[in-house]
Amino acid sequence: MMKEQKITIIIDGKEIKAASGQSIMQAADEAGIYIPRLCYHKDLIPAGHCRVCTVKVNGKPTNACSMPAADGMVIENETPELTEERRNIIEMLFVEGNHFCPFCEKSGDCELQALAYRFGMLTPTYTYQYKHVEVDATHPDVYIDRERCVLCGRCVRASRDLDGKSVFGFVGRGINKRIAVNSQGDRLSDTELAAADKAASICPTGCIVIKRIGYAKPFGTRLYDKQPIGSDIQKAP
Amino acid sequence: MTDYSIGGTVMANDQSKAIKEIVEECCSDRSNLMDIAQKVQNRFGYISEESMGHIARALGIPLVEVRDMVSFYTFFSREPTGKSVVRLCNAVVERLHGADLVADTFEKEVGVPFGSTSTDGSISLEYTSCIGMSDQPPSALINGIPVTKICPEDVPGIVKELKGGSKYSPEKAATVLPATLVENNLNKTGPVVFSPQEPGSGIRAALNMSPEDVINTITESRLRGRGGAGFPTGMKWNFCRKSEGKEHYVICNADEGEPGTFKDRVILTEAADLAFEGMTIAGYAIGASQGFMYLRGEFKYLLSSLEQVLNRRRHLGLLGKNIAGRQGFDFDIRIQVGAGAYVCGEESALIESLEGKRGAPRDRPPFPVTRGYMNQPSSVNNVETFCCAARIMEKGAEWFSKIGTKDSTGTKCLSVSGDCAHPGVYEVEYGITIDDLLDLVGAKDTQAVQVGGPSGRCVAPKDFGRSISFEDLPTGGSIIVFSKERDLLEIVRQFTEFFVEESCGWCAPCRVGTTLLLQKLEKILEGRGSKLDLQEIESLGNTVEKMSRCGLGQTAANPILTTLRNFHSLYTAKAKTDEFIPPFDYEKALAVGIQIAGREPVVEEEE
Repeated sequence: MMKEQKITIIIDGKEIKAASGQSIMQAADEAGIYIPRLCYHKDLIPAGHCRVCTVKVNGKPTNACSMPAADGMVIENETPELTEERRNIIEMLFVEGNHFCPFCEKSGDCELQALAYRFGMLTPTYTYQYKHVEVDATHPDVYIDRERCVLCGRCVRASRDLDGKSVFGFVGRGINKRIAVNSQGDRLSDTELAAADKAASICPTGCIVIKRIGYAKPFGTRLYDKQPIGSDIQKAP
Repeated sequence: MTDYSIGGTVMANDQSKAIKEIVEECCSDRSNLMDIAQKVQNRFGYISEESMGHIARALGIPLVEVRDMVSFYTFFSREPTGKSVVRLCNAVVERLHGADLVADTFEKEVGVPFGSTSTDGSISLEYTSCIGMSDQPPSALINGIPVTKICPEDVPGIVKELKGGSKYSPEKAATVLPATLVENNLNKTGPVVFSPQEPGSGIRAALNMSPEDVINTITESRLRGRGGAGFPTGMKWNFCRKSEGKEHYVICNADEGEPGTFKDRVILTEAADLAFEGMTIAGYAIGASQGFMYLRGEFKYLLSSLEQVLNRRRHLGLLGKNIAGRQGFDFDIRIQVGAGAYVCGEESALIESLEGKRGAPRDRPPFPVTRGYMNQPSSVNNVETFCCAARIMEKGAEWFSKIGTKDSTGTKCLSVSGDCAHPGVYEVEYGITIDDLLDLVGAKDTQAVQVGGPSGRCVAPKDFGRSISFEDLPTGGSIIVFSKERDLLEIVRQFTEFFVEESCGWCAPCRVGTTLLLQKLEKILEGRGSKLDLQEIESLGNTVEKMSRCGLGQTAANPILTTLRNFHSLYTAKAKTDEFIPPFDYEKALAVGIQIAGREPVVEEEE
């Protein structure tokens, strides 16, 4: 049965319907309007880490993933201003880590890379941070390359809420915050993580990667090689 | 590595047993994780991976959750520290008054740089953000005990005492009267906060009304939140009362962390009764039986005297069961001590911390009034707001609304520090101009006034006719005066550094953006900036302001953005050229490559 759609909101001048309790993001998805997102995943509780889904609701910047749709909201989404701000955030994430697409095995399937292309980023204009963070390859089937982590927390939420394991968590704060794992000594091999876990394959970048399958699909045939990210949601105008 | 020797096993067993006992003392309740961590640290000096493992097992939660919380707060240490810990405040005002020289002397006397521990393991030297003593700088927390007005000449004596004496033992902090440690500097009292009140008079007045009428009275007084944002208190209480929940909670935000503010310190020393009275009235109004005061870790030295006030109120029948003789009105207050995180002053981060988690702000909605502490309706109000509420009950809404201005009724307690003759707390009527305030505090040759701390704005002399009020210059209370001799951009740099330290790291624009802002500013201050850098720093500041998740990130660029606006010539004097200047030194960057390649690059001569 269809949910009753009582709420009307306007996104970029287009009137759409929303059900009560739906977020702006969910309502937009159903209506075929793509709001860019990075830390959001439809199976997870929204956490508001990346701010890429920031829209303007009645003029005020708000993240679409957790904001409930309310009747009469006038929302700006794909405006030059917001595209620029979103690109700025993606640039920040590029310089915070070390995202070297040409030899990353996630290239073509990476949401960070795909968003950079979508927003027209050529190269980051901010200063690279060259943070030194460790690779953890102790686990037989999964490795973590923290240089490619964007701290979206998808793995944290997936492991806790979908896998029921809490393998991942955050440690530290500010620019020194990073992903940690649930074992004394912080080694992935000492955790309960299995390659079949949701948390092992939910990373939007090449940070948490399942071993030995990285190049099974050749470059050029991957998810975002042929069409931009968001094409699955976006209806032709 | 696990130590398999017999001694090691015995010690590990002891540790496990001690931690189990601590967890049981704290009701084996996950929401008490802050207290558990504090006690483990007191017992073992720091919180090791092993300790965190024991805590996790005793609470039945994943280790990663314990580490997540412990690693967030600066007052928790995951590495061994010295027997004594000196936390020297490096806030702006402290550095204007010689904190750097004091730091140098400490390093010389202890023999190690800040951020490390002496070789004999006796003393650790750490820096800390503002500890709420800007009216008596330079200051430090020594084993949690505030020591103020430190001169370099005092340092040898302090170090000697730390190596042999007992003057700064942590036990001492619990017994010494706060007034003997710290000066009050209450320079101006006013009719609302700093006037005597008979304990219970506000509560009795409230109990003569229905809870709805208490809220109506607060609404009629047009009282607005004193933390700085100015949300109408009556409206907040009304939302909270009307929200459905198993429990309702009253939470007092005593986590004033804005550099340069210290008025809550003085209120909690001089007028704690009034704050607790206001909390109890809020409990009656919103239908809560439990209240919390979240006291910033820097003010832990106030804890025992506050507990005494609570006990006295219980004894007087003003807390506990059937308060002031009213059958069925039960309310009590627990004090939660924080552990060094500015962001916890943000109400949703404060609630997270109160639940024993890292102090990361929440996305709103839902707002705390509908889903706050433990997902139940909660009203979070500032210490001063509660004091106002108690006074309004006693004196009436009309009396209160006649003080101040139309949109900012009542008085405001200002913490004034920096370049003035009489730093301290001033309870003034809303609407006072900066000029009048500067006269009052004895400030001369003022270059700029920082209203609202780093997250507020830097006001130039042309705007000194403007007034402290919600409609003009709102502030949580921090007022820092800078004379003409001060290097304003260096101050802006230190403020920006503060936000880098205090960003919680949850969202990308604040986590990365604050660091990028600092680097860009430093490039300009070092004379390596161009006009392009000025454009870029403004644009970056706007992104951080617009895209960040909470108030911290949204205001982190204010020191830069407000001085770019009000003191633009200071920047253009530093960045004159139109030419692009790279953020790094080419020759230095190439040096390693040249060394590896074993040959110099071929540089084409320009025509």
